[in-house]
Amino acid sequence: MFTWFKQKNYPDFWKKYQEHFKNKEEHDLNTARFVVFDTETTGLDIKKDRILSIGAIAVTGNTMDVADSLEIYLKQDLFNSKTVAIHGILKEGNIIKSEEKEALVQFLDYIKNAILVAHHAAFDVTMINECLARQNLPKLKNKVLDTGTLFKKTTLCTSKDKLYALDELCTLFDINKHDRHTASGDAFITGIVFLKILAQLSATRKTTLKSLFYNPNRRGLL
Amino acid sequence: MKNTIAERIFDFLKDFPPFDVLQKEELYTISKNVKVVYLQKEQYIFKTDENIHDHFYVVKDGAVGIFREEDHTLVDECDEGDIFGLRALIRKDNYILSAKAIEESILYSISSELLEKVIHTNAQANKYLLASFVANIRNPYSGESIDSLFTQTEDLQKNTSNLTEVQSAQYSKNPITCSLNTSIKEAAQTMSSNRIGSIVITKEEKPLGIITDKDLRNKIATGQFPIEDTVKNIMSAPVITYPKNITVAEAQIAMLQHSISHLCITENGTLNAKLVGILSEHDIVVIHGNNPSVLIKEVKRSKTAKDLKYIREKAQQLLEGYITQNVPIFFIAKVISAINTTITQKAITLSIEEMDTPPPTKYSWLALGSQGRREQLLLTDQDNALVFENVPEEKYFQTKNYFLSLSDKVTHKLNTIGFEFCPAKMMASNPQWCLSLDEWKEQFNNWITKPDADKIMLCTIFFDYNLVFGNKELVNEMSESIFNAINTYEIFLNFLGLNALKNPPPLSFFRQFLVEHSGEHKDQFDIKARALMPLVDAARLLILSHNIKDFNNTVLRYEKLAEVEPQNKDLYVSCIDAFKILLQFRTQQGLRHGNSGRFIDLNTLNKTDRLKLKGCFKPIKNIQELIQVRFNLSQLL
Repeated sequence: MFTWFKQKNYPDFWKKYQEHFKNKEEHDLNTARFVVFDTETTGLDIKKDRILSIGAIAVTGNTMDVADSLEIYLKQDLFNSKTVAIHGILKEGNIIKSEEKEALVQFLDYIKNAILVAHHAAFDVTMINECLARQNLPKLKNKVLDTGTLFKKTTLCTSKDKLYALDELCTLFDINKHDRHTASGDAFITGIVFLKILAQLSATRKTTLKSLFYNPNRRGLL
Repeated sequence: MKNTIAERIFDFLKDFPPFDVLQKEELYTISKNVKVVYLQKEQYIFKTDENIHDHFYVVKDGAVGIFREEDHTLVDECDEGDIFGLRALIRKDNYILSAKAIEESILYSISSELLEKVIHTNAQANKYLLASFVANIRNPYSGESIDSLFTQTEDLQKNTSNLTEVQSAQYSKNPITCSLNTSIKEAAQTMSSNRIGSIVITKEEKPLGIITDKDLRNKIATGQFPIEDTVKNIMSAPVITYPKNITVAEAQIAMLQHSISHLCITENGTLNAKLVGILSEHDIVVIHGNNPSVLIKEVKRSKTAKDLKYIREKAQQLLEGYITQNVPIFFIAKVISAINTTITQKAITLSIEEMDTPPPTKYSWLALGSQGRREQLLLTDQDNALVFENVPEEKYFQTKNYFLSLSDKVTHKLNTIGFEFCPAKMMASNPQWCLSLDEWKEQFNNWITKPDADKIMLCTIFFDYNLVFGNKELVNEMSESIFNAINTYEIFLNFLGLNALKNPPPLSFFRQFLVEHSGEHKDQFDIKARALMPLVDAARLLILSHNIKDFNNTVLRYEKLAEVEPQNKDLYVSCIDAFKILLQFRTQQGLRHGNSGRFIDLNTLNKTDRLKLKGCFKPIKNIQELIQVRFNLSQLL
């Protein structure tokens, strides 16, 4: 009764987002819509730090669709001059920026019920969930895959305990590191990493959408 | 809204044709809608007979092989920036070939509909795509958009329409003629009633000789011949003939070269064809200073080999100017070879003046190889030979020694001028190539009836001779003897055919490699051996097999072949286009690097160059296939 009441007060954009999860259509590796994304933040403290930009691109089968991509920059009061060197986003830059709420509206409308993919996904997902909490909204409902974890299932991984940085994977997979440390650039690179990992896995064993989520020793950044 | 990924794709595409000619906004719209496809090694993009996709592909990273499914032949290899799958643009039929990743690859897939929307106004990009497409279809001379295959030639013709030198000369049609036994008086009356300065003597509509005002003044008014004589006695013969499309500059050169004021225009430009017009000096209005004709005048005035060297250097500048102005290559070849011929003629007359006595008998100086074919644009080494009239045995050594020392002087002069000595000593100063008519006949007969690899090689050089100076009759007799020998020993043509096939063109380019049919790779491309010579050899073989005399220029040979074999016209026309493009390419390379332009470093070729060259390989492959079938060479190979 209480949850029903709470739900009723959610804004329309959240209701619309929720609707997508009622669709129980079965998907396999070739038909499922993945959204590979990355966030640039003011720092690594999930409570204090804020998201500066989100970049995302959709993957279906072996194809990334540039037309189905998202790139948003957020207005934040918090400014950390130490991380500017990494992401290059200035407080008063020329880029058009959205309020955090508006960014969430766009992001939810874009991801729908896609399977989210990110490198060390737990951090990016938590950062989004923190934004949602600030708007008094529940956590993301999407299934999530972490390329860092997925990589450990491949034969290329030599140390199961190590945390592989995106840069290391780029070197291992021979990927050009253009636009590293922009949300969109990292999302794109993560997309390529994701496709290469899937190819690696399919080459060595039977790989299904379901088997991607199976992980005996789950271990993320957090 | 900022789109980092699209910007990165834009940055990649903008360097490759046809995207390099698109407007910034056009290309950005395309970039925003690209799909990025990841392929594992051996993964197919599409297979033969599959329905065409609604997009085509650009290789971003890796490499894609295009295969013919029936026999698993590799048709092409595509690397970074290469486009494939363009069949999607014509939206009909299924894929003819299969495409498979031969390395792990990333492709950009572009919607054909979107591209069409964006570039329907961009003719240049459109043309490039068409050319790419045609270069990859199975049968390039099937008539399907043959016009757009060689985009370069079209551009050339368009660019030069305002150049007076290359405009066709306007000649007088319906020329006034008379027969051989017309009296001089009658002929003169016809000339005055028609108010013309010349009359052509014809037999069965073919021009035999010409009488001009000058002949009447010099030969009749002086009392040398009575006016009751027939025109036969005073006419100048043979006449100089040219085809209908002669250009102003060519006409000027021809008149200066032969010191004449009238040219006969015949149906096909030879003596043996119907007379269709007369072109007189008067018809040519030279409005502005004309470089080639000025140079030829200077040649005639020059006194030493050094003067000639200076003129040859100016000709080189003229050549460079023509190439940068994109003047049609065939026209350039005509002008430059006319200048070279005139220079050689002058070198010979200067040498004769240095001799103690005039030549003891009739003789002819022959240009061989590319000079003989009038296709020599860059300064290469000299290839020449000399034939002299048969003399009684006791006079033979004396005569031969005379011509050897004359040739020695000429070849030294040519060397000074810039035509370096032939390293293989294929020069008239070599006793082997300074022979009497009978010796030449015997030599040719020996080459033809007892061919081996060396003799066949000599045939490919010597059979492309062209008279530069001296007696025409001797040369005609030499040609006769070649054709007679071939007629009695036809298998010679099969040997010549084998030789024409010894250098198949490469398939394509791939990174810094040539893609060979056999799979052998090289990083330098020998444009002469692998592309120009196969076309030259094929033209020579086919023209000899048809028993056609007096055609020793590759373009003219193919034109003639197209005429006698109308069923193969498209193929021969594609060979002409390919030959012109290759010759221009070689000349450009040679000028750029100050060498013969023969070896091309593949790293210096951009996508457009590669595509242009690749378009030329197809006709070569096709003409070689025709030769293989026609001369039953498959069992000999």
